[in-house]
Amino acid sequence: MKTIEELKQLRDESLKKMTMRYTKDGYRVQVGMGTCGIASGARAILNAFLEQVENHELKNVTVTQVGCMGECAYEPMAEIIDASGQSYVYGCLTIPMVRQIVEKHMIDHQPITKYLLSERKDS
Amino acid sequence: MLERIQVLICGGTGCMSSHSKEIKKAFEDELIALGIKEEVGLILTGCFGLCEKGPVIVIYPDETFYSHVKVSDVRTICEEHLLKGRPVMNLMVNDPNAKTKIKQMSQLKFYAKQKRIALRNCGQINPLDIKEYIARDGYLALAKVLTELSSDDVIDEMIASGLKGRGGGGFPTGVKWQFARRSESDIKYVICNADEGDPGAFMDRAILEGDPHSILEAMAICGYAIGSNQGYIYVRAEYPVAVERLKHAINEAKEYGLLGERIFDTDFSFDIDIRLGAGAFVCGEETALIRSIEGYRGMPTTKPPFPAVKGLWDKPTNVNNVETLANVPVIFLKGASFFRSIGTDKSPGTKVFALGGKINNTGLVEVPMGVSLREVVYDIGGGIPAKRKFKAIQTGGPSGGCITEKDLDTKIDFDNLTALGSMMGSGGMIIMDEDNCMVDVARFYLDFTVDESCGKCTPCREGTKQMLDILNRICEGNGTLEDIDELERLGQMIKKTSLCGLGQTAPNPVLSTIKHFKDEYIAHVVDKNCPAGVCSNLTNFVIHDNCIGCTKCARNCPVNAISGWPKQIHTIDQDLCIKCGACKKACPVGAITSDVLLKEVSL
Repeated sequence: MKTIEELKQLRDESLKKMTMRYTKDGYRVQVGMGTCGIASGARAILNAFLEQVENHELKNVTVTQVGCMGECAYEPMAEIIDASGQSYVYGCLTIPMVRQIVEKHMIDHQPITKYLLSERKDS
Repeated sequence: MLERIQVLICGGTGCMSSHSKEIKKAFEDELIALGIKEEVGLILTGCFGLCEKGPVIVIYPDETFYSHVKVSDVRTICEEHLLKGRPVMNLMVNDPNAKTKIKQMSQLKFYAKQKRIALRNCGQINPLDIKEYIARDGYLALAKVLTELSSDDVIDEMIASGLKGRGGGGFPTGVKWQFARRSESDIKYVICNADEGDPGAFMDRAILEGDPHSILEAMAICGYAIGSNQGYIYVRAEYPVAVERLKHAINEAKEYGLLGERIFDTDFSFDIDIRLGAGAFVCGEETALIRSIEGYRGMPTTKPPFPAVKGLWDKPTNVNNVETLANVPVIFLKGASFFRSIGTDKSPGTKVFALGGKINNTGLVEVPMGVSLREVVYDIGGGIPAKRKFKAIQTGGPSGGCITEKDLDTKIDFDNLTALGSMMGSGGMIIMDEDNCMVDVARFYLDFTVDESCGKCTPCREGTKQMLDILNRICEGNGTLEDIDELERLGQMIKKTSLCGLGQTAPNPVLSTIKHFKDEYIAHVVDKNCPAGVCSNLTNFVIHDNCIGCTKCARNCPVNAISGWPKQIHTIDQDLCIKCGACKKACPVGAITSDVLLKEVSL
């Protein structure tokens, strides 16, 4: 290592692996993984989200899993919560849909209304 | 693949000794079995600080805090939390107020009141991975210093920050660096004093184990400031984990060109070696430490000449404590004014304390200077266990003194603690409750200094021995009132006439307990009674009339010395009693105390 730029580059690279330990803003993706979710393939959806987040090098996105979200008929489901607490619930997900959601919703900040089950804001 | 969950397992000494390594192994096996090894990150970190609750595991991104994790719990965590996303409630910490579980680490009161600078990376990063340190702006301070600042700028910044030596002396670090810089010599040395010896203090160990790179970076900055190319870390061989991680860190830093020749393509070269100490307390004193590195017997030498003028191998040497150095990179990253904004005017920054003794949250805490002792003991420390009454805090280990209830609202800084007759010391805080006998506590510390006195000067070698003999006499019941006066006389003399800090401070625990708890000393020599029931020769346990007859004492007595019917007042057979104190601990209403023998005879 010879320059401060090299150091900063290495820092940013290493930080990618550690963002989840420090960023508390940005999007949070919760994939419903109750029995119903797992049965309808939520694991593949979860992995698709992770893959997309990595491909697009999104820094402040947290992908996590939650229990049954209640509307089992619409599984696999995912809830996307933005920094302000606004939540968007997507249902009946497929892997191509996940790709679109990541690109349109999380990168361009345009929720895809036709896939939405509901949106609400937690106080 | 990107990891979706990271499991941080505490790899501090406390948690390691309660099997955190085995837990990590169990996690590895379980994750392979479940086929989710790729999506879960497993990291062994440094100390989280809350050693009482160890082994501790934190699971990100939700910051779920699991305490007292056993190897057998690993399967549940993997299957429930990692696979299905359902946090395991019964491993979480109880919220004492709301009777619910505390889900997040930051919600714990223990962490909420802390401000972590020296411990900033402990429990956050993998100490064996330099990249994680770099990700946390590691070595950026060194890069800035080398490429943008001159040596004088570095020293000016250090002086402006007001950082004082955290090893106990409290001498301004910047001024110390300036002395070393002004000494003319082609060879100078930087030494990191990691010879942590106070009973009950373990912050240096936690930093070395949890964030070794911060020490290396700070030493290189110091080397640049004073014009030195060689650093030594003097660490005791009793800290094998710290030594191993330091060695690993030095090798990694060399690999990345952050130590060695021409760092960041400048003319500055710096190398660091480790020197192992054999664990002598006196080697924490800088001149004794230097003698020990040179290969001689670790004995202090007279100052002046100070090490900054004539130190290691007669070359100018700068010695700093681990915690002091851990603060240095932050000062250059965020600026001296940031550092000054924390803490008090005279003592900026934070201080790490090791809480031990009779306290609920045993562990490491870092608080801004100026926080009151009460906040540390009750808010962060969680108070005294088993509803016992607070009696005193011993700060500064065998060099400090005790602080009583009435001074609990004192704001912590170097000057205030000295004014109370105690001292900051390295930051050990032993909390004592009503079951601790202060004479016995003084005897314990003096016993330690008698053992650790190097024997070079008479007052320390002979004087402390005499004081210990007197204390032993008092504890055995053969003391007189004159003995207490003699203790004070000897104490003052040893303080005035000893060569180094060890002797100058050795009588402190005795003097301060005499000052604050003279009544206990008098009870020992006049009434021949130990009120706390610790000194067995002077203990006569008596059950008073407020006994509710719950039979707990009788059931806990190992020699069946207690008799009595349920719901009636019990009695102790003094001939059988072995003064173990089990009954006193068991009594729910505090009806058992140690009383003067005469009273008991008259009954």
